[in-house]
Parts: sequence; structure tokens; C-alpha cells
Amino acid sequence: MARVLVGVKRVVDYAVKIRVKPDKTGVVTEGVKHSMNPFDEIAVEEAVKMKEKKLASEIVAVSIGPTQSQEVIRTALAMGVDRGIHVEVSGKDYDLLQPIHVSKILAKLALDEKADLVIVGKQAIDDDSNQTAQMTAANLDWPQGTFCSKVEKTGDGYTITREIDGGLETIKCKSPAVLSADLRLNTPRYATLPNIMKAKKKPIKKVAPKDLGVDTTPRIDIVSVEEPPVRQAGAVVPDVDTLVAKLKEGGHIK
Amino acid sequence: MSLRSKVIQLYKHLIYLSREYPERPDNLRKHIHDTFMKNSKETDEKKIKALLAHGRYVAKEIEALYSLRKYRAMKKRYYDDK
Repeated sequence: MARVLVGVKRVVDYAVKIRVKPDKTGVVTEGVKHSMNPFDEIAVEEAVKMKEKKLASEIVAVSIGPTQSQEVIRTALAMGVDRGIHVEVSGKDYDLLQPIHVSKILAKLALDEKADLVIVGKQAIDDDSNQTAQMTAANLDWPQGTFCSKVEKTGDGYTITREIDGGLETIKCKSPAVLSADLRLNTPRYATLPNIMKAKKKPIKKVAPKDLGVDTTPRIDIVSVEEPPVRQAGAVVPDVDTLVAKLKEGGHIK
Repeated sequence: MSLRSKVIQLYKHLIYLSREYPERPDNLRKHIHDTFMKNSKETDEKKIKALLAHGRYVAKEIEALYSLRKYRAMKKRYYDDK
């Protein structure tokens, strides 16, 4: 039976309208509702399903971020994860944290916790990097199954159906492996109130990246964060002649 | 568990769910409250059980609504570019 490590990220809730800070250094996160990255929810659900099918013995959820990241670990615990690990990174280090750092931390934890499977969401909805699973697999030198839409245990490995451009691809890989969850893998369960209460009794271990021997010094610098261009308002033309004239003016017709 | 605590548990669960209701969470909360108050004088055990079953069904529907809403938002954002 496998021990599963799932990565969960705390992101600005998907339903929140994102606003850029006036000084263009990032997006407004203070006083904004946060929740677990939807793709990570799918990853957690897959791990919990594996445990219910007796394919996994223990599930460990990892979140990297400031103190509030424990909230998403709690949500994961309420969904059925056994215990959590909170890797505390805050301030500027967190603002400039990149998948390279995250993957190194996840790889180290996967080895420390003797995990046989790492499942993460394919991407986070805040930075849309879509790199963590791939880099983690590379760091561990394990096979990777990215964009999973179906995962089956076959023998001592996994048969994975992947979402690729214009269709599906089925691959087989050996265990241990790193998987990244795509949208259609499953439907995450709802973390109910009693389960959230019960989850408070489950342990969360707190570690610093330094303890894991991972350097989280920023490698990049944010130059500017800009809002996407606002769509120009349309205009009502009084008649066909004006429309034709306007189209000619714009160079759309000759 | 007594029937009374089952009702209270269901009420708590529904109120908890209502917090995430899009646009107007208060409307749903008020509706839940009013419905429970309306049936609070019910004493027939059979009827209470039927009401409980209905309440649980509504809770499942709300959960399904939330997950569908999230799924569609993700689909629209990341998959509907063709």
C-alpha cells in the first residue's frame, strides 16, 4: 500500500475578482477570500479515493506558504487526509517563491516521509505555472503522469489516462511516481462542518525550508504587474451608411 | 442520536453551506431559517423524518451546485479557448 503525498496551495478564491495593487507590485491579497486551489482539491480527492479503495495507507498533505496556509491543510484534513505538513515561507520569499523551490521542498518531503506517490494539482489558479509536478518528478528522478483524467493501479505501477491536445493518451508508469490532476479526474467532495471540526484533532507538522535544506531565496524580481487591457466600449451606429463608412475608416473593408 | 439533534445538525450544516452561496448568501440563510421555523411545531415522527430527508436532499443539491459552479468556472477559464 502506498503512502501518498499531496500538495495543496492556498490561493485567492476562484470567485473573487482579482485586483492589481496600485503600485503594480502584485495583486491585492489582504482581506480577500482565500481557498484551496481547485486543482489541488481534485488531487486530494484522488488520494482520498485511493485510500478508500485500500490502495493507499496514509495521505499526507503539504502546503507551503504563510501561517494562513494551515487553513487549506485543515480543509484537506477534513476531506480525509491523515496529517499535514506546513512548510512556512512568508514575506518576500513567499511572494517570489517559484515552482523550482516548491518542487525541491516536495521532493525532499517525499523522500523524508517515504512516500510512494506524489499527487498535485496540474497548476495553481493564481500563478498558472504548471511546473511543480514536472519539476518534482525530475528532482526525485521518478516517472511523471501529468494532466491525469484517470488513474488506475495496475500491478506495481499505474495506468494513467492523460489529457492532451485534441484527445487522451494512456500511459503506464512504475511506482513511485508523481501525478498531476486535471479537471476531469474526479469531483472533489465538500468539506463538511463536522469534518472540519474533527480535522482540528489531526496533526499538522510545521517545518521551515531551512530544515529541509532548501534555499528559498528569491531568484526573480517582479518588475510590474498589470491588469489585462479593458475592452473598449462599442458604439451604436444610426444607419448602414455610417457603418460602412466606419468599417472603411477602420480598414476592415475596401 | 435523537431526532431533535439530527434536525439541529442539519440546520447547522445548511447554514454553513449558505455562507458560500453566490450573490445573496443572506437570502438563502433566511429561507433556511424560515423553513425550519415553519416546521418547528411538527410533532409527527414520520413527518419529521420526511422533512429531514428533504433537508438532506437540499443540502446535497447545494453542494452539487457549488461544485458545478467551480467546475464550470475552471472549464471556462482554462479549456474553452477553441
